[in-house]
This record gives sequence, structure tokens and C-alpha cells, in this order.
Amino acid sequence: MVSDTERHATYLDPILERHGFAATSLLQVLREAQEHFGYIHADAITYLTQKLKLPRVKIEGVATFYSFLYLQPRGEYRVLFSDNITDHMLGSAALMNQMCQQLWVEPGKVSEDGLVSISTTSCTGMCDQGPALLVNNIAINRLTPERIVNICELIRKRVPLSAWPAEFFAIADNIRRRDILLDSSFESGSALNALLARGSTETLQEIKLSKLRGRGGAGFSTGSKWEFCRAAHGTHHYVVCNADEGEPGTFKDRVLLTGYADQVFEGLTLCARIIGARKGFLYLRGEYRYLLDHLLVVLQQRRDKRLLGSSILGCADFDFDIEIHFGAGAYVCGEESALIESLEGKRGTPRNRPPFPVSNGYLDQPTVVNNVETFAASSLIALRGGAWYAAIGTATSSGTKLLSVSGDCERPGIYEYPFGVTVAQVLADCGARDTQAVQVSGASGVCVAAQEFTRRIAFEDIPTAGAFMVFDHSRDMFEVARNFVHFFAHESCGFCTPCRVGTRLLQNMMDKLARGNGSPYDFAEIEKLDQLLLSMSHCGLGHAACNPVKDTIAKFRPAYDKRLKHHEFEPAFDLDYALSQARQMTGRDDAGAHLGESK
Amino acid sequence: MSDKTFVLDGKTIPYAEGQTIMQAAMTAGVYIPHLCYHPEFKPHGSCKLCTVKANGRQAASCTQLAQSGVVVESNTGELNDERRALLQMLFVEGNHFCPSCEQSGKCKLQATAYDLNMMSTHFDHFFPDRPVDASHSDYLLDFNRCILCSLCIRASRDVDGKNVFGLAGRGIKSHLIVNAASGQLADTDFTANDKAAQVCPVGVILKKRKGFAVPIGQRTYDLNPISAMPGVKQD
Repeated sequence: MVSDTERHATYLDPILERHGFAATSLLQVLREAQEHFGYIHADAITYLTQKLKLPRVKIEGVATFYSFLYLQPRGEYRVLFSDNITDHMLGSAALMNQMCQQLWVEPGKVSEDGLVSISTTSCTGMCDQGPALLVNNIAINRLTPERIVNICELIRKRVPLSAWPAEFFAIADNIRRRDILLDSSFESGSALNALLARGSTETLQEIKLSKLRGRGGAGFSTGSKWEFCRAAHGTHHYVVCNADEGEPGTFKDRVLLTGYADQVFEGLTLCARIIGARKGFLYLRGEYRYLLDHLLVVLQQRRDKRLLGSSILGCADFDFDIEIHFGAGAYVCGEESALIESLEGKRGTPRNRPPFPVSNGYLDQPTVVNNVETFAASSLIALRGGAWYAAIGTATSSGTKLLSVSGDCERPGIYEYPFGVTVAQVLADCGARDTQAVQVSGASGVCVAAQEFTRRIAFEDIPTAGAFMVFDHSRDMFEVARNFVHFFAHESCGFCTPCRVGTRLLQNMMDKLARGNGSPYDFAEIEKLDQLLLSMSHCGLGHAACNPVKDTIAKFRPAYDKRLKHHEFEPAFDLDYALSQARQMTGRDDAGAHLGESK
Repeated sequence: MSDKTFVLDGKTIPYAEGQTIMQAAMTAGVYIPHLCYHPEFKPHGSCKLCTVKANGRQAASCTQLAQSGVVVESNTGELNDERRALLQMLFVEGNHFCPSCEQSGKCKLQATAYDLNMMSTHFDHFFPDRPVDASHSDYLLDFNRCILCSLCIRASRDVDGKNVFGLAGRGIKSHLIVNAASGQLADTDFTANDKAAQVCPVGVILKKRKGFAVPIGQRTYDLNPISAMPGVKQD
């Protein structure tokens, strides 16, 4: 007789063996274990506590932190609609509604036959080809009512994903403007050969000379980061590529990893040689799971060419390899110290800093964490020199920047520009008309109004991690801000009080305004919350959570004013709204089921 | 004069190498409001109540190392306003009914709120649904009052070597869990002798069959405000 726990050994043992029974692989093990039942069985957790020698609270703590891990049964087909504002603008809400009706299931619930569950998820990075969804973690884009009908049919007939039409899974690069990075006909190994010819110290000097700054948004000097890490003492050094591209509206790292993975991996290898790392990680967001096979092929090709592995390019003391780790639906893991926690198989909570990852990173060892684009650029610099790179762009923002353009424009996609390009130029190039506003650098970025379109994309003016979402005059900027506020509340890790509670309070306030119950008092409250989040939050997520509201109140006040019910005070409690649950339960919506004047 | 000093609200505070601002302040008898900090455990830095301005920059004083010559502001109108708002957030996030709570007068959340003149909860209450765990023979867990300070987690893990408690969920859904497949305290190895049984700053971990042993009005913070650090001097 097989015990309940041993029943799980058959599929868990091979996963555990592949990961060397390492507690640091907990998140990877849970992701893979889930594929067996579509959720993580309680007895599977019991088995993992024994094999990984971890307490149950630790495993459950990790499993409940990440949006894509489930401890309760989900549908055989788990459908998640991308919830970014750009998906909404392309009609995602109606499509989700259509699917729910066709499959007889309520949003967020599992159908009674266990066949399907339908819900939403944060931006899946397909904004240039939305509306998008994930089914069992695999992306499907360009949704239309017809495509939804087809998907429902396939689900009803229980057709395995592998037999779904290939065109459903086609993902376009949409590269619209190329400059030095996207135009380079990069040859595998060329940057590494240049490094070995020039020497590590000298190559680091070239990186510093290039004035390359981190492309993840914060803009820290890449050369300095590598230099600090190189000088830091540790038993091992690590290099990590941050491909957790979770900022709503950003998708350039997806395109880089699709067409330029070789150049990105070469950048990691350069960095490893310079800082003395033997191991590197690509931390890839779970939404990009479909890229795995392709990336594994590229890595193997590099090993075959002796550009990875031991004795790289014949250098006896040059050993380095790259492992791919997946995220599982947690935006906060884009923050470098949270990413490291996640790499260690833990909850993705940002660490107390200092110390910084350059001295105390992965497993407390010196670690460089850089964005995908930063590594791709560093390969070019190693090849063509720092002075060449520094001459491009502006004085304090050297080189080029990839912009992920989406929203109201004719040609959404990837645009590469030298730093210093104006917002107006980008709008003209992408075919945007009647533009009301642009959200630069995603939900945590800046909302730019028409009178500011002469401003420039550069660290000294509008810094950006790459998102560029365009809104024409038909769009309601209040709803844009409300979408972002919901995003932050959903993605707050919950570690610190101000962000955990404050983002939810802010969401409640915006929802109150959306119900038409606002008053000027609410503006003062929002301002106070903004100050508190900025002052007291643990990390950048909390610091940025009020940005969209603050910007849109300042620049698009009429969008808010039209939602004010009274011009003094309006309580959040609304008798009619409070009855909505009772209406839903009784299935009533007649006049007698409503109270007061509110909708 | 030793150069291992910094200035806290105008007062010169000596510190030892490796001490945090909080540790040095406590040693010098200066109170900085805090909830998730406890001198016996590794600092967590999550409640953010102890946020000070060090050379004009906000930092959690329980995790920020003291440095020579730094000018620290703590007891200012601006910071206390923000601390009050954090307390209000903690109050509306859970279900705190002080008049009927066994911990009233011994509760650090309540005492800190009194000390910082919190007159109302200000924000709309969330009224979360948090069932009580009364499964254990000697102890009761009333999650309604949990402020996620993680002191019980640290005590159980670092002192008791047990991992009875842990944190689950994310964001506003973050919550305390116990180490059992059933999710019940009775099925863990928790005992009354655990350090974790004694560290809850609010009223989550309560001893059964022992209520109101000290009358209200004569409890720790009824006698002295928390800023006089009555709890600390006993430790």
C-alpha cells in the first residue's frame, strides 16, 4: 500500500534530483511540481519538507507569495487575462466576459467540472500585440472574439495545448527602429575575444569610459557596479541577469532574449570574467516561459563553441556557466535584492540595504545584478570601445535606449533611439495621433502631458526602464491611474506597513472616486498617503505607488473633478453599494433592490 | 570626547561599532517608537514605526547602523504624524477591539498609539475575516490582532529552534501561519515554555485560562507610557 506522501515521490523525485535537492531551488521545484496536478498538493508539500529539509511554514510561505503557484485546485486550463491598461484599451474586459459566459464560469473561480478557471494577471509583456492571455503559463496574443470562440472550443474538447493551432502562440518582435544595439550583426564570441585581448582590468575601464548606466531604470553606473563587486571579498562571485521585466508596458527584454540572446549571454560572460564569477543566472519572469527551449538551445550552442563552460576560449582559468531561474508572478522580484531572495528559493521580499548586492548578494556573496539590455550593451562596448559608446546619446546618458511602445498608435513595438530623443519624436515615429498623454517607464514612471512632449528621454530629464504607453484624447486618464493603483496593491509584497496597507487604502479611495462618490477631501487624503508611502516605504514599489495618481491629478484634474459628488466631504460608506453583495446573492437588480440615488 | 557618537534630537549619543541607531538610543535611554523591533532578536525593519531622518534621509533606525557624526531626527512633528498614520493603518488592517482585549494595557500597539496621541483610526476599517485558532490545549491564537511584526516567527526559529510560525500570502493578504498540515497550533510542537509564547507585542498569542490577572488600570502601560520604556527596563 502506497502512502499519500509516497504517491507524490514518483513525480517529485526526478524534479528534486534535477535540482540537486537544494533548498535554494524551492521556487523552481514548486513551479515544476505544480505542473503535475495544476496545483501543489498538501501531501506534496509534506514530501518536500522531508526531502528539502525545510519547515512547512517556509514552503507554504513561498508557495503563497507567488501569483502563479496554487495550493488549491485550479482548472485543468488556467486562463489568465493580462490586466494592463493597454489590454483594457484593446477590449480585454469584454473578451474575458465572453469567455466566462461561453464556458459558464465566474471570474476567479473554477468551473464546477474542474475544467477551467479564468482570472486576470498583471501585464504579461505583450502590450504591442494584445489583448493577451496566458493559458497554463503559455502566452496567446492578438485576442479577438473569434479567437476566444476557438479557444473555448479547444478547452471544451480538452485538446492538449500542444495540439492547439501554432498561430495562437506566434509572438512578433515588432522591431520598428534599429540603432547600434538592434542593428549590430553580433558575432558569437567576438566581445569575449576582445576582452581576452585587451585584459579584464582594461575592459572594465572601457565599460567605465562608456558611462553605461543600468537599463532597468535606476541608472546606476554599470562600470562602478562591476568594479565594486570585483573588489568585494567573498568565496564566490555571482552575476545575475534581471529578466523579470514586470513593469506594465515593458516588453523590450522579451525581444532581446528572442533575437539577441547570444549577445546578452556574452555580456554576462564578460561581467563574470571581470568580477571573477563562475556562475551566473538568468532570472526570467514566469510569463516568458515559452522562451525556455530557445534559450536553452542558445546556451548549448555557446557551450559547444566553448563560450560557456570550463576553459572558455581555451583560457584555463576561465570557467563560467549560466542557469535559468523562473519567477512565478511577482513584480516586486524585479527589485534586485528581492530577486536575489527569490533566486535563493525564498519569498521575494526586498532586503534591508545596506549592505548592497555588490558585496552581499546571492548566498551573501558579491553579486552583480543588471538588466538584460545592460548586458547586451556591454557586449558592444567590449567590442567597440568605451569612447565610441560614450559619444552616442547625451553627456550624462550615453548610448541608446530601447522603448517598448504601445497604446494608441499605428505602429506599436520596439524603438531604439540614442538617449535625448524627444517624446514628440517618438510619437511621430510610431504614428500616434491626437495624443493626450504618454506614460513613460510604466506604472511607476511619469505621466507626460501634451505640453511636455518636447521633453527628452534621458536620465537627466525623463528616465525610463523602457515602457512608453500612448493615450489619445478618447482615454480617461483617471481610469489609467486607477489601473496602475490596482496593480501596485496587487503586487505589494506586504513586508512593510506603509506599502501593504497604504496601497490598498489608495485602491479603495480610487474605487470610491470611480463609483462617483468623491470629494475634495479625498484629494487631500491621497496627497497624505503619497507623502507617507514616499517617506516610510521599504522599497521603490511603495515609493512609486502614488506616482500615477499624483501625476494625473496634477495634469488631468477634470478627469477627477467629474467624479466628485459633493464639493466638501463624502463618506466612503455607501448604503446602496453595500447592498450589491445581497443583490448578487439573490440575483435581483430591480428598483426595489436599490437604495438612494447612487447607481 | 569619543568620536563614536551621533546626535539624536540634539542629544549626543555614544555607540559601539556595529550598533544600530535604535540599539544605541535604547542604551542611552532614548525612546524611538517601534513595534517589530525587540532587543533580543535580529532586526526586521518592517513596521517602519522607528523610521528616523539620518542626515535628512529616512531610514529604519532598527536596521540603520550608527555612524559617527550623523545627525538624527526622531521626535519631530513630521515623523510623529507619519508614525501615527502607520499606527492607524495597523488598526484598520486588523480587528482591534481594545476594551474587550486581554492585552489592553500591556499591548505595545495600544500603548504606542496612546503615546503618539492617536485619537481615531481615521481610515476606513478593512474588517478582515480571521478565524481564531483555539486548537491548542494551553494557548489561543487570535489572528485578528496580528500586526505581522514577525517576532514570534523569529523567536521560534532563532531561539526555540522550531519554526512554529511563518508568514504566508502577499500584500494585504499576508498572514501568520503555523507549522502543521492542518494549519492548527495543536498539531505543531509549540509549548508554553517557548520563547515564541512570550514575545507577541499585541494580543495574538494568549495563554488560556488566565485572564485579567492584573486589573485594567494597573498594567504595564497604564502605569507608565511606553515612551518611558517600562518594558525595556525590566528586560
